[in-house]
Amino acid sequence: MKYSSQKVAMPYFIAALALFFGQIVFGLIAGLQYLDGTFLFPDLPFNVTRMSHTNLLIVWLLMAFMGAAYYIVPEEAQTELYSPKLALVTFWVFLAAAALTLAGYLFVPYSQLAAMTGDAILPTMGRGYLEQPLPTKIGIVLVALSLLFNVTMTLIKGRKTSLNLILIGSLWGLALLFLPAFYFPDDTVKASYGWWWIVHGWVEGDWELILGALLGFILIKMTGVDREIVEKWLYIIIAMTLMTGIIGIGHHYYYIGAPAYWIWLGSIFSALEPIPFLLLVAFAFKMLLQRRREHPNKAAMLWALATPIVAFLGAGLWGFMITLAPVQYYTHGTNFTAAHGHLAFFGAYAMVSLSIISYAMPLLRGREANSPSAQRWEMTGFWIMVFSMIVITLALTGAGIVTAFLQRSGDNPLGFMQVQDKERVFFWIREFAGLGFFSGLLVYLGSFFISGEYDYASEAKQALSA
Amino acid sequence: MQQVFTKSMARNIFLGGAAFFLIIYLVLTYDSWQQIPKRDHADQMTPAVIAGKYLVDTHDCIGCHTINGEGSYYAPELGNVYKRRGGAFIEAWIRAQPTGVAGRRQMPQFNFTQSQLDDIVAYLKWLSNIDTNNWPPNIQG
Ligand code: HEC
Ligand code: HEM
Ligand code: HEM
Ligand SMILES: [Fe+2]
Repeated sequence: MKYSSQKVAMPYFIAALALFFGQIVFGLIAGLQYLDGTFLFPDLPFNVTRMSHTNLLIVWLLMAFMGAAYYIVPEEAQTELYSPKLALVTFWVFLAAAALTLAGYLFVPYSQLAAMTGDAILPTMGRGYLEQPLPTKIGIVLVALSLLFNVTMTLIKGRKTSLNLILIGSLWGLALLFLPAFYFPDDTVKASYGWWWIVHGWVEGDWELILGALLGFILIKMTGVDREIVEKWLYIIIAMTLMTGIIGIGHHYYYIGAPAYWIWLGSIFSALEPIPFLLLVAFAFKMLLQRRREHPNKAAMLWALATPIVAFLGAGLWGFMITLAPVQYYTHGTNFTAAHGHLAFFGAYAMVSLSIISYAMPLLRGREANSPSAQRWEMTGFWIMVFSMIVITLALTGAGIVTAFLQRSGDNPLGFMQVQDKERVFFWIREFAGLGFFSGLLVYLGSFFISGEYDYASEAKQALSA
Repeated sequence: MQQVFTKSMARNIFLGGAAFFLIIYLVLTYDSWQQIPKRDHADQMTPAVIAGKYLVDTHDCIGCHTINGEGSYYAPELGNVYKRRGGAFIEAWIRAQPTGVAGRRQMPQFNFTQSQLDDIVAYLKWLSNIDTNNWPPNIQG
């Protein structure tokens, strides 16, 4: 850490991890409600569990991205953050808005929440990931504006690296792409069409730029590779992202009422969307091979190298499996989609967040790296979480395939609930793997409480005597 | 002399490529906007359909169900439920919730009035007539 104002990243990172914990608790409840439909009903209907789970995911990722921005932008610009105080106030506003919104979900019936918060004036509620009441949505815009103002002013007064331009540009994109949340036409087909501007526009467009920038920063710092090389790679990767991903949005337009030409356009372009993820893997390993130093933070290096791999599996491979129109005809809106959603969100955005946290938190706590034993705990947590998430993905894939065969094809297709009954074994596996994930998360969080820092002298002595 | 691929060339490909495909997308979206009202029979979106849609949104039906494959995977597809079950069944079903069958997935009681139920059915009927390129593959959704 080179500038004292980078310290404002710390509350963002801590809150991100706390909200991550909450997300997983709701995920486990939702998974149990799949198996026992009366569990916690009617106090916590499945849809409320689910919106808590998915909204906590989005909020903790945004927390981590903002923390990352407040950490990276000053260091890249080689100047203090424009206003650390504003960043801190913004943090508390965001956290309070998130807590109030969650309380609203849990304690007020959804339709009443809509009535209380002026949804009738400007309808925005009742869409996936965008369940928040109007005041929360406005709050999100204000928080984003505050972040953008702060980092842009920092950029203006400091050094303008390509990496910083990509990061700040993609944060602007993130905020702009949220604005269609206020556009919810009566025509359901137009509403779906526009909903994907946000969801697809984020995860298969703008956020991939953030992903690239964060990984690029970590790799520059940890490998000491020349920034020119890193930044050139980044431009190629994000060029591929947008050149495939913009028309690739058509893979959501096959079966919702949009014109039929999207079947061709969406299939062709989205089939190329794995390319930027593959390039990201190549990039990370090339940087590793060309490294000019051995960084003592082995845990952060593990996160940073694994992120592109798991992102490629979840987004590139699992996304590809359901992206061609003839396949999606059978898998659309099944747990196959959820399988892909889980591994992609985890592999790309959760893992890159945990990567930057792993790299920056020790520095924010005044040490270059954590003690080897703390790192061992962190890496154990890493392996348990990654392994569990792969099992979750495989289980949901199994469930999706059963639906495709029993409910979506054949001469005597079975009804939805009957097929769900036949998939119980997969939902049990998902739940147990979820418990595994939860234990991995506990191990990971535990690593933060193991004191001590990386001690070069004693490590060197040990290495020599071994 | 070896031609070097520079960072600024990479940046120009990024900016040019993004702008090019964005423009194509905008043109296609303009065209889609002309076609969607025909494919979904927007002229049949009566006040009842619009009121029904608002009830479906504000009760978060897609927090458990899918509509044309979008939403959650916990409960049956609603895009074609009108064709699968018919209006009378749907009204009776919504009124009868929750089933309370031990362990079975539950749908809440929303206490809709008769006219609200009529609106919801009108919306579900409108949904079932959208041209979705023949999706879902069969009546089970
Ligand atoms: C908390 C989850 C949940 C919410 C919210 C919910 N449902 Fe349901 N719904 C279910 C479940 C689960 C079933 C299947 C139950 C069964 O078969 O026992 C179901 C079944 C139905 C059915 C019968 C479908 C069929 O093919 O038999 C209709 C119609 C329906 N719901 C309409 C709605 C509407 C309209 C809304 C919103 C106003 C809604 N549901 C909200 C969980 C939910
Ligand atoms: C990190 C990047 C990605 C993330 C986080 C992600 C996440 C998701 C999520 C959460 C959904 C479900 C949306 C919903 O209906 O609620 C989804 C759907 C989908 N994704 Fe991705 N995705 C990513 C990349 C990709 C890529 C690269 C492809 C293609 C190769 C792809 C193909 C698809 C398809 C086809 C669907 C629609 C599935 C259906 O019809 O039900 N995704 N994605
Ligand atoms: C650890 C245990 C977890 C369990 C048991 C779990 C369970 C669930 C359940 C039951 C749903 C609802 C599926 C449906 O609509 O029917 C869901 C949705 C979702 N979860 Fe999880 N989850 C877990 C972890 C995670 C993690 C770590 C992430 C991402 C980092 C995540 C991201 C999502 C997303 C994006 C959705 C929406 C998927 C879609 O619409 O396709 N979950 N989860
Ligand atoms: Fe997509």
